[in-house]
Amino acid sequence: MSELLQLKDIETHIGQYHILQGVSLEVKRGEVTVLLGRNGAGKTTTLRTIMGFTPASKGSVIFKGESIHTLAPYTIANKGIGFVPEDQGIFSGLTVEENMKVAMQKENTETLKRMDWILELFPDLKKFWKKPGGLLSGGQKQMLAIARAYINENELLLIDEPSKGLAPIVVEKVMESITQMKEQRTIVLVEQNFMMASTIGDRYYIIDDGQTVSHGTMQELKENEEKKRKYLGIA
Amino acid sequence: MDLFLNLALNGLATGMLIFLLAAGLTLIFGLMDVLNFAHGGLFAWGAYSGLWIYGKTGSFLIGIAGAILTGFLLGIITEKWIIKPVYGNHVQQILITLGLMLVLSEMLKVIWGPNQITATPPDYLKGSWELGGVIIIKYRVFIILAGLLIYTCVQFLLKKTKIGLVVRAGVMNKEMVQALGINIQKVFMFVFMIGAGMAALGGVLLGPYSGVIHAGMGMEFAILAFIVVVIGGMGNFSGSILAAILVGLSGSFMAYYVPDLSLAVNMLLMAVVLIIRPQGLFGAKG
Repeated sequence: MSELLQLKDIETHIGQYHILQGVSLEVKRGEVTVLLGRNGAGKTTTLRTIMGFTPASKGSVIFKGESIHTLAPYTIANKGIGFVPEDQGIFSGLTVEENMKVAMQKENTETLKRMDWILELFPDLKKFWKKPGGLLSGGQKQMLAIARAYINENELLLIDEPSKGLAPIVVEKVMESITQMKEQRTIVLVEQNFMMASTIGDRYYIIDDGQTVSHGTMQELKENEEKKRKYLGIA
Repeated sequence: MDLFLNLALNGLATGMLIFLLAAGLTLIFGLMDVLNFAHGGLFAWGAYSGLWIYGKTGSFLIGIAGAILTGFLLGIITEKWIIKPVYGNHVQQILITLGLMLVLSEMLKVIWGPNQITATPPDYLKGSWELGGVIIIKYRVFIILAGLLIYTCVQFLLKKTKIGLVVRAGVMNKEMVQALGINIQKVFMFVFMIGAGMAALGGVLLGPYSGVIHAGMGMEFAILAFIVVVIGGMGNFSGSILAAILVGLSGSFMAYYVPDLSLAVNMLLMAVVLIIRPQGLFGAKG
């Protein structure tokens, strides 16, 4: 299985703060790679650095063999990376339909097929098709954000804390949908909920104080109580 | 009744001219978070260039088209070379756009001279109609219709086209628009160009309405336009037309009944709105 995305010794500054101080990771095609770590460790910044919103000051981001860390965010997105930010980034004044239309890069049969699939996966979006995004519940907003990232031919999806602030039953539904997407997309997932992350993740990276400190298969992490206690605070 | 209708028509016509200036200002602020104090300069350039072309060709419509093209061109130049380097810095934006406003005004004097220039409507828009004893001046009706037409076209653009959808999305969340693979810089330039075109159109329409144009007209109208943007809600396009009509009507009636307070009433209106509803009467970024 080949690498779709590689981060090599990434360092990122935000203003005067040195947030990422050496993040390296490899994302294999067809897998779900989970970024784990405590609050403020640098997981969200890692995703934002891949997207070009907080460009790396050192190191390189390689996607499909091409260096992308100097590109503008929209160019990076057009290379085939879909992004679901932590706050979901819903256009609150636009309807669900309009949110999807803004996201659609092409309106061909392939896109329409994907639209049918995603609406089957998230029937709530169909139900509230004409409703402004701002009036959706937290779970529905998350579904819309994921649907928007999925609608194009993006080979890689970056999903930032999809379970954050959601009721357990909604979290289950969102995670179930990500599991279904796993068959068609490579996914990098930032997730605090270790139970959920370990269920759908194939591989993990732990980020601590802006550095990748551990990585391996999810199965290895599940069995390593010391690592879980040391880096994730799980007893 | 005759007086009331005339004052109302006058107020509506003035309101539409302010709207043409304020609409671009509010879109530029809403999407790009840019305070463009040079917008009045684009308005004045529209007036001078449009009326100059009108004078040379004898066609008012060609003059209008020329003014809009001048606005588009100046809009592109302003966004690309003046505004782009100061995105995200309001203090620098205010200083550089105020400076540009002065440069644009002085350039008008260099090219067309320091004196006022008289302007008259084309023959087919001169004179008036009499309806039931009420005199209706043709040119005022033309301005009102032109303003409504532009409002309808821009609303169509914003609500029914993909680029309009992207502009509205960009007003709400610029970063997310980029994450969806859209070049926000191109959208910025497009909005700036449309805004500048509308301002220039307002300028050329004002000429025959007021009878004279002068290099300082941009600043005078820009103040009213800023009041409209605050009252209508920053970034709210529909709010800007309603607020412009409100300002136009209040200015028209106050100028007749209490002339000394005609400008002060608009300032007062803005102050009251800022105290009671700081996001504007119709909400910000709608």
